[in-house]
Formats: sequence, C-alpha cells, structure tokens
Amino acid sequence: MSLQATDTVEKLRSMACRMRKTALAMTLKAGPFGGHIGPALSLMDICAVLYGRILHRNSSNPLWENRDRFLLSKGHGSLGLYTALAEVGLISQEEINAFETPDALLSGQPVMCVEKGIEISSGSLGLGLSLGIGIALAGKKKQRSYNTYVLMGDGECNEGTVWEAVMAAPHFKLDNLIAIVDANGLQSDGSCTNIMDMGSHEAKWASFGWEAVCVDGHDIAALLEVFTSPRKLPNAPLAIIAHTVKGKGVSFMENNNEWHHGVLTQAQYDAALQELTVQPL
Amino acid sequence: MLTINASKARVWAMLGSRGTFGVAMLETAADANHVMVLTADLSITSGLERFRAAYPDRFLNVGIAEQNMIGIAAGLSKEGFQPFVTTFSNFAAMRSYEQIRLHLGYMGMNVKVIGLAGGLAMGHFGNTHYGIEDMALMRAVPGLTVISPADGAEIMKTVHALMHFQGPVFVRLTGAMNNPVVYSKDYDFMIGKAVRLKEGSDVAIIACGTMVHESLVAAKLLDSQGISASVTNMHTVKPLDTDAVDAACSRVELLVTVEEHGIVGGLGGAVAEYDARRGGGPRQLFLGLPDKFGKNGDYKHLLNKYRLVGEKIAEDIVTALAAKASETLHTPVAIA
Repeated sequence: MSLQATDTVEKLRSMACRMRKTALAMTLKAGPFGGHIGPALSLMDICAVLYGRILHRNSSNPLWENRDRFLLSKGHGSLGLYTALAEVGLISQEEINAFETPDALLSGQPVMCVEKGIEISSGSLGLGLSLGIGIALAGKKKQRSYNTYVLMGDGECNEGTVWEAVMAAPHFKLDNLIAIVDANGLQSDGSCTNIMDMGSHEAKWASFGWEAVCVDGHDIAALLEVFTSPRKLPNAPLAIIAHTVKGKGVSFMENNNEWHHGVLTQAQYDAALQELTVQPL
Repeated sequence: MLTINASKARVWAMLGSRGTFGVAMLETAADANHVMVLTADLSITSGLERFRAAYPDRFLNVGIAEQNMIGIAAGLSKEGFQPFVTTFSNFAAMRSYEQIRLHLGYMGMNVKVIGLAGGLAMGHFGNTHYGIEDMALMRAVPGLTVISPADGAEIMKTVHALMHFQGPVFVRLTGAMNNPVVYSKDYDFMIGKAVRLKEGSDVAIIACGTMVHESLVAAKLLDSQGISASVTNMHTVKPLDTDAVDAACSRVELLVTVEEHGIVGGLGGAVAEYDARRGGGPRQLFLGLPDKFGKNGDYKHLLNKYRLVGEKIAEDIVTALAAKASETLHTPVAIA
C-alpha cells in the first residue's frame, strides 16, 4: 500500500472511530428511548468509507444535482448515517444533541431532509432499492454522472419487494446503482440463518444479473478497493455483500442481539468508550 | 387545449375509461418531457400501447411487480420526473399500499397513481379484480388527493389538470367500455371543487364515478314522481368539497351518497364524516356495494344486482323517504 493510501485508510479508520463514539453518545443521551446501536455499529466503516472518500458531493451545495445519492434502506442503521453526515458537516452538533427529542431533525428512523443529506425517509424495510432504481433511472435519462448507493440489511432481504427490485435493476442495465448488503448475520429475532436461511447472498444477487462481490465490511482498505475497482460485468448494477459484525467495536455488543436496540447506562457507555481506539495497522 | 363536444364524448364513451385515459396521456404528454408512464404488465389493457410507441423513452414496464413500480416512480419523482403509474385499482391500492403511504403520503412524492377498473368493471374476473375498498384505503393516506372521474370527458379533464398539479394523487377510474356520457360540452373542472349538475329541493344526491350518470337518471325519474332531487358530482373525494355538501344539504329531507364502491369508507363515509361533525344535517342513505364479498358476474348484471342503476336508485330513495324518523336507513343491496 502506498503512503498516500495508508494515510487515507488511517483517516477513514479515525473517522469511523469518531462516528462510533458519537453514536454511543447519542444513544446515551437518548436515555430511556435508546437507539439501534448494534445495527449501526456494523455499518460504520462502510459509511465512513462512503462519506469520507467515495461519494461525490459538493460541501457547499447538498442539493447539487450531480451528487452521488446514498439511500439508507435499513432505516434502523440511522446512527451510522447521522454520524457520517455530522462528519462531513451536513448535520450540526446541536442537531446531533437533539437526537430523539420531540420534533427533532434526527429521529430513530430517518426522515427525509435532502438539504441535510437524508435522501429518503426509511424504517419500513425492503423499500429502498426500488427508490434507488428510480433515482438511477432518472440519472440515466438525464445523462447525469451520479451513482446511487443503497445500503440494506441482510435480514431486510427477507422482504419480497427487495427481490422485485433485484430483478429489475439488471433488466434496466443500471450500472450506476450499487447495493450494499450489511451482512451482520443477525436480525431482530436472532441469527439470519435460523430465522430465514437465505443461503449465499453473493450467489443470489449474481444469479439475478448483478455483479456481486463479497468484502470484509470492517476492512477499510478492502472496502475502498471494492468501491473503486473497475467493473467486470458491463451494464450491470453492483452488489457488495459486506460481511460485518453487529455491534462492531464494543466487545459486549458484538454479535449480541440484545443491542439490536438498546438503552445505554453511563457505566456501559464509559466501558464502550474505553474500547474505541484506533489500533495501529 | 382540450375540446369537449358531443362527437368526442361519444368516442371516449366507446373507448371506455381505460382507453380514454390512454388517449388523454397521449394528448397531454407531447410537450411534457418530464412525464413518464409506468405499468406493471398491463400496458395493452390500459390503452397505453400508443403512448409506448410514441414515447418509448418515457414508458417503463416493470413487470408484474406493483410495489416495485411505486418505488421506482417515487425515485423518478424525486429527481424531477412526474410519473403516472397504472394498474388495476385493487392492485394499486392494496398490493402497493405501504409504498403509496410512505413514498407518496409521507414523503410527498409527485406521483399520479391511476387505478384502472375500480368497482365491478372486471366482471367475470371476479372479486380478486374488483376494487371495492380502494377508495377507502386511499382516502385514509394523509396527503393523498383522491379523484374519481364521472365519464370520459372528466377523465380527460382530470389528466389535463394533473399535468399541472403538484403532489401525490390517486385517480380511480370506474366503468368499462361504452360508458354513458355525462359531459358532452366543456365545463369548469377544478380538483377539489364539486360540480352541481342538477338542482333539487327534497333530496340531495352526491355521487362519484359511474354513479354520477346513474344518479342523474334517478333524479329525472324522481322528478316525474314529484320528488325534486339535486345531483352533485363529487369527483374529488379527498379533499372533500365541504362547501358543496353544505350547499346540497341545505333544506333537503334526505342526503344520498351513491358510489360503485363498498359502503365502508368511500364517498359515503367521507360525506358522513363531515356531516356528523357539522351536525343538524339530513339523514344519509348510503348506496353502494355491500360490506361482503358476493358472487362474480358480468358488469351489468352486478350493477343491477347491487341496485346501482338509475331506476333502482330512484326506488331506494323513494323507500327511504317513506321510512319513519326512528327507522334506520339500511343500504338496500343484495348479497348473494
């Protein structure tokens, strides 16, 4: 890895670490309302890579027509989105502090506010990819260069409407559409394998005509590579199956579904913060 | 510029609701490059083949996947397109209800959903294809405008109006082929503004869709019996034109709502919700489809069976007028 690349990875690792800390602070501050901290921690590195490096944006104009669109289809990963938007300056510290207070911009599940970077309202699962297809189609029709990224959960892929969209995107030749499956292996009631075993996501998406790749969803360098590598399948959308750990970064939350949605005590917050340091590569 | 005359009205009547909608799209979309039409594998039956041929870049067939269709339309709308999505009214309203609720209602995307063959028009296809709850469901979504045009001319008027209307709309087309004509000359159409078609002092009939024509027939029959009935075309069921309800109900003995839709939650429900809040209004007779699934049959047979034809509407109004004040006004419909 070149010095420049190493520097980028280090910066993104630090960004992801800060995002995790902010998400924990937001959950603590939410008090008894708690937050979906586990499923947010699994997608922090993906969001850090996207917002820190990959997404084409115009910092002074969040409505820039050629901006890459990022849709959080798994709305319960909202803390990952909010903290990324805070990192790039679209959401203020005051707005972060007001998380889950009445009438706040930031609620448990995202509410559309494009000027703040929240492209869609989400929360009900399985709806984001269809929206992404519409947005990607519009980009093609208007001959815009933007890409549309849709971040989904592996449990979310239980929803039938996901597969209507998976079927349609290759049919419409949407090579400007990228689906990312945050495959943390857990859904609300337990392990994805036990609740509804879907077999290989990579094979399923590929069989529908997507270019499908797997990646370690916490390996910043690997994520950068998968987002920037030349595409192998012409005219096809890209599915990135990111293998992740629910609760990543906090030992007592990792792979522990009690933190799918949880209330954080001060002691737990302090303990979690102790663990969140950027280790040397 | 839309022209309405007797000759055109005859053509639209012959084409039926779906065919007329296809003509309307073809005529209005010529210069509207932001307008797209989406179908879920019902292009031919929706009268959209000519549109597809004329504007292939603005036409999208998503296959038999209504939920995906609404999602794609919402995404297109987010980027400045104005999609018209089409499928049978029952599938639009029910299969993709949550997408309509969240993308159109909650996020307010500028999508026009055209529900084809609302009511009983699908005849022998049976209950799977009847739209008897579609209006109730769509009316319950916050932020959605719901329109049920009375005839071919009003379908043309609606589509023309929608080209300049910002916001999500559900249009419920009723009727099949060879529909009766209500309008054979131009008139003022405005979304949200009902049209009084006939004055009357004893009974106020408020109708939408196919039942506007049948109500006019009923009112004429009532006239011959010395009963004066007004007829109001409530083409926009939501938001309800409450001024028109007030005007229709002042000093009449009986309010009658007539719709080719179940009696739960449709036009009758909308009028009653307002009337109950206002208080002091006349009693209401709900004419529509029973709150039960009946047997299948051809369209005309079903309309007759459910007493949704002018002659029977008039009979039921006479019966209701004769009912004692203490008597509940039941919907006189067959169930078998």
